[in-house]
Amino acid sequence: MGNTDQNVMMEVKNINLRFGGVIAIQDVSFDILEGEIRAIIGPNGAGKSSMLNVINGFYHPQEGEIWYRGEKRPSMEPYEIAKTGIARTFQNIALFKGMTTIENVMTGRQLKMNKNFFWQMIRYGPAIEEEVEHRRRCEEIIDFLEINHIRKTPVGALPYGLQKRVELARALAMDPTLLLLDEPMAGMNVEEKQDMSRFIVDVNEEFGTTIALIEHDMAVVMDLADRVVVLDYGKLLADGTPNEVQKNQAVIDAYLGVPH
Amino acid sequence: MEALIEILYLIFVSPFAEMVAYPDLFFQGIWDGFVSGTLYGLIALGFVLIFKASGVFNFSQPILVVLAALSLVSFYKMGIPAWISVILVLVMFYVLAFLIERLILRKLVNQDGNILFMSTIGLTFLIIGSAQWIFGGRPSAMITDELGLPNGSLEWPMFGGGVYFEMIDISAAVIASIMIVILALFFSKTKIGRGLRAVADDHQAALSVGISLNQIWVIVWFVAGVVALVTGIFWGARSDVSFALQIIGFKALPVLIIGGFTSVPGAIIGGLIIGLGEKVFEIYWGPLLGSGVEGWFAYIIALIFLLFRPQGLFGDKIIERV
Repeated sequence: MGNTDQNVMMEVKNINLRFGGVIAIQDVSFDILEGEIRAIIGPNGAGKSSMLNVINGFYHPQEGEIWYRGEKRPSMEPYEIAKTGIARTFQNIALFKGMTTIENVMTGRQLKMNKNFFWQMIRYGPAIEEEVEHRRRCEEIIDFLEINHIRKTPVGALPYGLQKRVELARALAMDPTLLLLDEPMAGMNVEEKQDMSRFIVDVNEEFGTTIALIEHDMAVVMDLADRVVVLDYGKLLADGTPNEVQKNQAVIDAYLGVPH
Repeated sequence: MEALIEILYLIFVSPFAEMVAYPDLFFQGIWDGFVSGTLYGLIALGFVLIFKASGVFNFSQPILVVLAALSLVSFYKMGIPAWISVILVLVMFYVLAFLIERLILRKLVNQDGNILFMSTIGLTFLIIGSAQWIFGGRPSAMITDELGLPNGSLEWPMFGGGVYFEMIDISAAVIASIMIVILALFFSKTKIGRGLRAVADDHQAALSVGISLNQIWVIVWFVAGVVALVTGIFWGARSDVSFALQIIGFKALPVLIIGGFTSVPGAIIGGLIIGLGEKVFEIYWGPLLGSGVEGWFAYIIALIFLLFRPQGLFGDKIIERV
């Protein structure tokens, strides 16, 4: 973690996002390096989730550029952006509730399956091989995240903490180059938070996945992140290592309030 | 007292006595019921597909059946050969699916199911209006001979009498069964099928794993159109091609309540229960109630199901964490 010779994976430049008269993001720029864990923090309503939605294509900013892997990215739909190797999880879990855990994770392989639907229908040779191969990868991820015991359970019936983990598994099944996590630990107890932090670090180290995450728990962020972006009222407040950010007067003011 | 015994006799004894006494008549009823059952099942399948794919109850499915039958006959009357007309109808449904996605569904991504449902009601009236305007509303006969479907009937002697099998009914049952098998495989085993279920569950999540809602929606609406065409041809052959076919389309509602809105096998079995049930009930218990039982029998069965098993025989159990 924290190498100095990393390449820039993504650069967001001067992003402006407005909803009618409301300014959600104002002239924000920062970069994400290959292989790092990048945290985006800030008080409620600071524009963190909006930023993630811009990166993953749910929102289209009025102004600004996104450079991804050395190229300027044209305006794209979310499903097209998924094809470029960007996966995400959601603040309010978005799972396929009627499906089981394994089925949910398998949807993450959707883009990688390209055998003719006719062969899939009659379960013939190459289509079967493909299915088995993807299934194997999904089982690996399920093992990795220790959700083996709930493989066949419909996810709608799972407790919150486990649903969050299934969502992470589905994102990982896409073999993403950039993984966006929107408050992966929200609403968890201390033990669940520790588990989730461990998984995030493991994913980053073992799969080499670049991660950008939003988190409220400062202690967690300071432990996990290589670098931190701080947003407040849609503006960039600070950008640097956890230590630098923690000492930044503007950040302290935003979080604790300014004495009058 | 005597009257009561008489009624009990009519309900519980004489129908069964008749079944045993005239097995050929009974068998005829079963066959007729079976054929309508598969066709009900097919219409219900059209609903199930769209419901599974977008969580929308597609109110316009019955009118799609009418539109398919009506346009097929009209194209033929314009002098286009029958099979080319079929292809034209398919092209028309593809364009329609594309337009519905572009002009209606795309604007309503992430909206509540009720809003999408209302939009299909709007669509229904739009189709009724424009179909009447373009094709006219006069009933006409289905072009079964021109499509090369067999006519006439087989008589199969049995039980001292004979059972008639109309050739058109045989082909309806065969083609409906083949379609059902293909659709079931398509939606349970293929990548598209998985994508479809994903879209039904959560739009945002589906997008985030790279499923294009637009593509999936065009596919299901087109498939629903194909199903409507097959149903339209065979129902059109059994009655007339007219807007009254809609009523048959709505028979799919009780079928869905029985089978479950989300289940492909449920649609088939629900269809058979209604088809067989209403035929047999009409023949043996109908006279007791004054005939016309076929019109409402299905709805009564559906009501009973709603009381005791609201999710239907095979529907997904509704899981709600509180």
